[in-house]
Order: sequence, then structure tokens, then C-alpha cells
Amino acid sequence: MDLYRRRILINQAGIGLSMVAMSFGLFALLWILWTLFSKGFAAFSWEFFTQDTPAPGTEGGGLRNAIIGSGLILFFTTVISTPIGILAGIYLAEFGRVSKFASATRFVTDIMLSAPSIVIGLFVYALFVVTTGGFSGWAGTVALSLIAIPVVVRTTENMLKLVPTSLREAAFAVGAPRWAVSLKVTLRAVKAGVVTGVLLAIARVTGETAPLLFTALSNQFYSTDMSQPMGNLPVVIFQFGLSPYDNWVNLAWGGSLLIALLVLGINIGARILFRQKDKR
Amino acid sequence: MSDFQSTISEEAVLQIRNLDFYYGDFKGLINNNMDIARNKVTAFIGPSGCGKSTLLRTFNRMYDLYPGQRAEGQILFHGKNLLDKKQDVNLVRAKIGMVFQKPTPFPMTIYENIAFGVRLYERLSRSEMDDRVQWALSKAALWEEVKDKLQQNGLSLSGGQQQRLCIARAVAVKPEIVLLDEPTSALDPISTAKIEELVNELKEDYTIAIVTHNMQQAARISDYTAFMYLGELIEFGKTDELFVKPKIKQTEDYITGRFG
Repeated sequence: MDLYRRRILINQAGIGLSMVAMSFGLFALLWILWTLFSKGFAAFSWEFFTQDTPAPGTEGGGLRNAIIGSGLILFFTTVISTPIGILAGIYLAEFGRVSKFASATRFVTDIMLSAPSIVIGLFVYALFVVTTGGFSGWAGTVALSLIAIPVVVRTTENMLKLVPTSLREAAFAVGAPRWAVSLKVTLRAVKAGVVTGVLLAIARVTGETAPLLFTALSNQFYSTDMSQPMGNLPVVIFQFGLSPYDNWVNLAWGGSLLIALLVLGINIGARILFRQKDKR
Repeated sequence: MSDFQSTISEEAVLQIRNLDFYYGDFKGLINNNMDIARNKVTAFIGPSGCGKSTLLRTFNRMYDLYPGQRAEGQILFHGKNLLDKKQDVNLVRAKIGMVFQKPTPFPMTIYENIAFGVRLYERLSRSEMDDRVQWALSKAALWEEVKDKLQQNGLSLSGGQQQRLCIARAVAVKPEIVLLDEPTSALDPISTAKIEELVNELKEDYTIAIVTHNMQQAARISDYTAFMYLGELIEFGKTDELFVKPKIKQTEDYITGRFG
């Protein structure tokens, strides 16, 4: 009986402690979200989406140039990193399971996954910005792609590894060459998972600031020229949030909320997509 | 192992000669010799791990996918050794189809499941492909059940239907031989009966080699039976003779249920 009571007590203590830990995390998250929503929503207005970032000391203004800039950079990042990442993932999972080259690639990808983004920014600055003669949207795209590609590679590879051997063998058994087996059967079997991986990679780079500071820099004016410095949300938030001007600080909050909503939206989309795959 | 005749009097489509198989250092098949008769059903029986699936998987070089697995000896198909390094493996697999233990429909529509393999080797017009799909599904006794839902995902079918879809898929590329690796072990009795019936019809046009754990099944559907044990072919012969009057003690023990 004594042992029984003790077990109940330990159980309750354990549950109690984990509840405390959970509420700690949840409290921080809710606080952030609440601050973000209350301050960010106030900044949302027609001008917020239609006007460009204001000069110091001027009234009003919006984030149009930064929103468009971020959109362009993220679009090209997706266009570049999706095919490269998926093809590399296919190579690792289907072609190079045991080759030395593949394990080296896998190792480097893992390092890239955990590389500080500021290092990648500095790297692209030294290699791309300095040699091409200036900050540009392309440089920003390259930096973000370098961060996104490893994420796509690893999710694609891990998803493909979940494909049962029997399905792969069945595809080979009708006389299909390896490329057809990979592209038309196994990749198709994990389509939802791979798309989810791409979405999560985009979500991951959406808020990256450090690499853009070194590459796309920022642009006070509206520009869709990818070879010029380009306005983007994270850097504008960084600059405006620390400024002494009230309207700038407001815009920074609005921009933060916008990014948070975008990332939230992508994550929810990814989850819905993945759940549909499970149902089938 | 010369207590029985390993060759047959009928036309042999596959001639297996001195076949050894290795999983790394482990020898999975030891000096196998036998013939597979054209347009007949040959069954492989034996306890788990005896090498019957391994043997079947040498016929279409399935083991090639795994480094460390290798076969030595000869499997003659139209006078050429299938195990030859120069042999085009994909062509071999198009000529020698395979159906597996678990149904493995591809993650695409029923129509595409059939068309996938065909497209790899033939360039057909839309209507020719439609005909081929219908033909293959009819061969597998599935057409009537799926003709109105060809655009549905193959995974939406029941287990037994999925397995017949896999047979249709194998037949669609017009192989000479169809290998069946325990095709009914994951199915209910009714689906099993359908597949057995199907095997009987398919041998009109194809040569069938089937691995089965079920001795009654082997006795019911096969013309020839091979009994294997520990990687060796213990006895091979006409099914009627092997089941009624086995020449070797081990075979008799196995088919009467005294071991294995």
C-alpha cells in the first residue's frame, strides 16, 4: 500500500512539473503572439500595403517595396531550391545509398543544415556581392537558397527512405530503369511529404535577416530589379524596429506580424497537405 | 542429388544449371539444376528460408538491386545466360514479370498502373493504349470490376483487387514468364480462389513460376513442383507424381506435414 501511494505521488509530481514547464513555454509564445497582434494589427492599413518605406522624419508610409521585394526573393529561392533539393534528395535515397560520394554529400548537407545563417550571408557577400559589384536581390536569393536547399534535400531523402522496398521492387519488376522508378513511382508515392518539406524550407527562410543584410541589403524605393539592392521585410524590421521614429517602429510591428502570419499559414498548409497523404 | 530427373521432356523456357547464390558470405542456393516448362505452372515449395523466393528472384535478376547479393552459374533463356553481366536487366524484367507477396499498386490511377510499364517499351496511340489496358485488366479478371473507375487511384481497390491489378500490370507488358512470389498469402480465401483460377487461365499464354507456402495450393494449380530445403533443390518433378509418390524421404516428410 505504501508503495502504491508513493507511485501515485511520484506520478502527480511528474505531471505537475511537466505542466509547469509546458505553461512556461506556452506563456512565452502567447505573450509574443499577443504583443505581435496588438501592435501589428494597429499598423495594418491601406497605406501599409500601398506606400513605400518612408524617409526619416516623414509621416506615414508603408511596406509595399519590402513586401514585393521579399515576395520576389522568396519566389526565386523556391524556384531555385526546389528542383536542386529534390534531385539531390533523390540521388541520396535512390542512387547513392552506399557510395562514398553520397555519404560525403549527406555529411555536408547536415553541416549546412545547422550552419549559422550569418555565416552563409558573409560567404555569399564575399563570393557573390564583392565579385558582381554590389548588393542585389539575386545575392539575397542565393543566400536564402543555400539555407533552403539542405532542408529540401534531407526531407526528400528521408521521405523516399520511407517508401517500402516492395513498391520499389515492383516498379523495377516491370522493367523500369532506375530514373523512371525514382521519378514516376517512388517520388510520386511521397509527393505530399516532399511538398511539405519545400513549404517548411520556405517558412524557415522567410524570416532570415542576417543573410539578407549582407546580400540584398535593403532599398528605400520600390524596385523589382533583382540585380539591384532590394527591400525586404526582415531587414526593414531590423532597421525600423530600432529607430527613434514612431511611424517606423509601427511599420516594423506590422511587418513582423505579416511574416508571422505567412509562416503560420505555410505551416498550417503543410500540415493539411501531410494529413491528406495519411488519409489516402 | 541425382535421385530425380532435373530436366523435363517438354520444351523448357528456362534452364537452370549449377546455380549458386550468395548473400554476402552466406550461400543461399547450392547447385540448383532444373527446367521451367513453357506454358506450364511450376510451383516452388519448402519451409521458410529454404531459398525458394531467392531462386525466383534470380530469374528476373531482382537481387541486382542489392549490393552484396550475387548469383553464379547459368539460367538459360532463349539460349542466353540471364546472369551474364552484359545482359540488359530491364529487358529481362520486361520479358519475365513478377508479382509480389503484398499487393503493390503504384501511387497512380488504375489506368496509369497498367500503362506505366507498357510506355517504357512501346509507343502506343491513345486508343491502342486504351485497348491494351482493357486487355490486361480482362486477362487479370478485373475489367468488369474497375471499368468505370479507371481514373481512380490504384490504392483505393481492395487487397484482392490490388493483387489482380498487379497481375494485370505484369501481363500488360506481354512477358513470356510471370513469377508469382506467394501472391495469395496476404489475401482472403475468396480472393485466393480467384487468383488460383486466374493462374490456371494465364498458363495458356504464359509460363508461370509460383512460390507458395501452401502445399494444397501447389498441388491444385501446378504442373511441376520443386521442393527445396536449405538452399538445395531436394526433389523436382510432375506435381502429380511428386505429391503422390515422392522419391525422396525429405519430400515425403514435408508434404505429409512431419516437418517444416
